[in-house]
Formats: sequence, structure tokens, C-alpha cells
Amino acid sequence: MLRDAVLWIAEHPGLFLKAVDTHLKLSGAALAIAAALALPLGLALGRFPRAAFAAINAAGALRSVPSLAILALALPFLGIGFAPSLVALVILAVPPILINAVVGTREVDADVVDAARGMGMTALEIALRIEMPLAAPVMFAGLRTAAVQVIAGATLATFIGGGGLGDFIATGIAIMDFSRLLVGAVPIALLAMATELGLSGVERRLFGERRAG
Amino acid sequence: MNWTLSHWPEILEALGQHLVLVLASIAIAFALALALGIAIARRPRLSAIVIGTTGAIYAVPSLALFAMLIPLVGLGRAPAIVGLSAYALLVLVRNVATGLRGVPAEVLDAARGMGFGPWRSLLRIELPLALPVIVAGLRIATVTLIGIATIAAYVNAGGLGALIFAGIDQRFAEKILVGGGLASALAIGADVALTRLERRLGAQVAA
Repeated sequence: MLRDAVLWIAEHPGLFLKAVDTHLKLSGAALAIAAALALPLGLALGRFPRAAFAAINAAGALRSVPSLAILALALPFLGIGFAPSLVALVILAVPPILINAVVGTREVDADVVDAARGMGMTALEIALRIEMPLAAPVMFAGLRTAAVQVIAGATLATFIGGGGLGDFIATGIAIMDFSRLLVGAVPIALLAMATELGLSGVERRLFGERRAG
Repeated sequence: MNWTLSHWPEILEALGQHLVLVLASIAIAFALALALGIAIARRPRLSAIVIGTTGAIYAVPSLALFAMLIPLVGLGRAPAIVGLSAYALLVLVRNVATGLRGVPAEVLDAARGMGFGPWRSLLRIELPLALPVIVAGLRIATVTLIGIATIAAYVNAGGLGALIFAGIDQRFAEKILVGGGLASALAIGADVALTRLERRLGAQVAA
């Protein structure tokens, strides 16, 4: 069966590569947008205990919504295709990034921030030159968690016409062709595992011990 | 709202199926994880292999995992329960082993000094002390599985995901909201309930 799957890819390299391309574009764009939104927000909220608490709880609640429901809800409101899938994946990626950005910023020693303020640094300088570097390990762990989650979530984009490798799984199940199903499933599994291992490696390299996501 | 009001038996049935899927998977995974966790707690090399393997499974997107199980176990509840149990393994094994490792060496020495054999020490001393960490693992695994189980509907396992997929097919937001909303509520409820249990057990162990 696996051989048939490899043969199918060899016969249809264009279709396969296009699906990989869509999958990577969806995941990469969603992660980049979510990071651009959630990292500054987390950095800003982390310094206010009450806002930090509220943000963590709200993100926690959003995290309990199944990925499938988030993708599915994009359909009645935004329609089908790449853009609705992208919006849904951004919503999926924000909570883990935001939680870790808030927690990382909150854990920065208040004395260090005070000292920086005493040295005449502005709020922006403190955020960029003190808090961000100190919170970076926890922030990166959030990005890693979000990346793996988004790659998995992008598999579900097929249900709302977003394309990607999930298409082969949906087609495989629809026509009961197991080798076609593996054309999607095996590369997705490898992609997710490689992302997890690769980012864990980068994390250890940059910051030493790996943190919980 | 009309659909929800007139179809509540169908909704309750989906909820029931969802609970069965999650509870059966957690039960199977927990039995395996207990054995694996005990086996690896004091064996670093075996631990690295087991945690690495279960971690690799955990990284596989659920739709892909369920799909890969279809050729092996067919459609329906079987691939869903096998897949969901496999997901729960990493968190459960890791927490059983971490909990057991957290038992101080002096406590183990004292048990040995009192004539406790390895099994008696495990059952009467180590597992009870590890219980809060083990329950934390059960909480994380349960909350995660409640969400992932929605995808199991795609391989004909039923549950709340069936409502979501029906909503997608019919472009009917209410079904998606009911299925997704109930799954979220279930996940939050499980989180709150098990967090409470965890705190109570933690307080007991500390006392």
C-alpha cells in the first residue's frame, strides 16, 4: 500500500507538490500572522497582573475549542477556500503564543525592569531590550507548540476547501483508496514530527533546557 | 435555535458517543501508561526511548493518524479508540514516570528499612505520593482527547464531530456551534473538575 502511495506521488508530482506548497503556505502564513499579533500583545499585557490573568484565561478558553470547530465555523461566516482557512488557523495559533508571551514577560524579574527604568530607558526600550530577550525562551516554546498545532490544523483545511495535504486523506476516504489516503497522511505525519524535532533542537541550541509549551 | 430544540435526542446521543470514545480511550491509555511509566521511572535509557516514541505519535496530526489506522483496523470506533489512546500515551506515561521520580530517596529508604518489598513500596508508598502528578496527566490527556475526538467522526466513529461535519456539509452554522460548543464545554468542565481533584490530592499528599 505504501508502495502504491509512493508510485502515485511519482506519477503525479505536480499535484503532490502543489498540496505540500499549499500546506506549508497556510501553516507558515498563519504562524507568522499569529506571532505578529500575539507576541507584542503578550509583551504589553504581561506587565499588568490583571490583564495578564484575563488574557491567559481567555486564551485558555479559546484553546479548549476543538480545532475542527474553529475550521468549520469559518465556513458559514467566511466561505470556502484559502483565506477562510488562514483566518481559522491564525485563531488556532494565537492562544499558545499569547499564553507563553504573557507568562514569559510576567516572569521577568521586576527589579531588572526597575533598574532599566532607573537608567532612563523608555517603556518601549524596556520591552524590546530587557523583557523580550529575557522572555524569549518561553516565547519560543509557545511558537513551537503553535507551529505543530497549525500544521495539524492545516490538515483539516480540506474540509472547507483550503487545500493542502489533507485533500489526499479526504479523497482517499471518499473513494476508499488506502494508498491515496497515505499520500496525504504519511507526509503530514513526517512534516509534523520534523517540525517538532527541528524546533526543539533550535530551542535547545538557543536556550539550553527545553520548556513546556 | 429551532434545530437544537427539535433535535435534542440526536444531540444527546452524539454527546454520549463522544463521552464513550474519550473515556474508553483514556482507560486503555491509562492502563498502558501505568505499566510503561512504572517500567521507565528508574531506567533513563528506556525512558528516553519510550518518551521519544510516544512523543513522535503525539506529533502526528490526528486526521493523519486515524487515516493511517483505517487500512489496519477499518472504519468506525476501532481506529478512533486506537488513535485516541495512542495520543493520550505521551502525557500519561510522562506524568506517571515524573510522579514516581518525584518520590524522595529517603522515603524509599525508609520503606525498605520498614521491610517493604518493591511491589508493596510501589503500591503503598510511591503511587499514592505520585498521584497528584498522575491526575494532572489525566486532566491534560482528557481535555486534549475531548477536542481531538471530534475529528474521529470523519472515520465514522460518531460523537460531537458528527454534528460539526454535518454542519459543514449543509453549511449550517447552528450544528457546528452546537457540536463545537458542547465539546468546548465538556473540555472546560473536565479541566475544572480534574484541577480540583488534583489540588485536593496535592493537599493530602503534603499533609
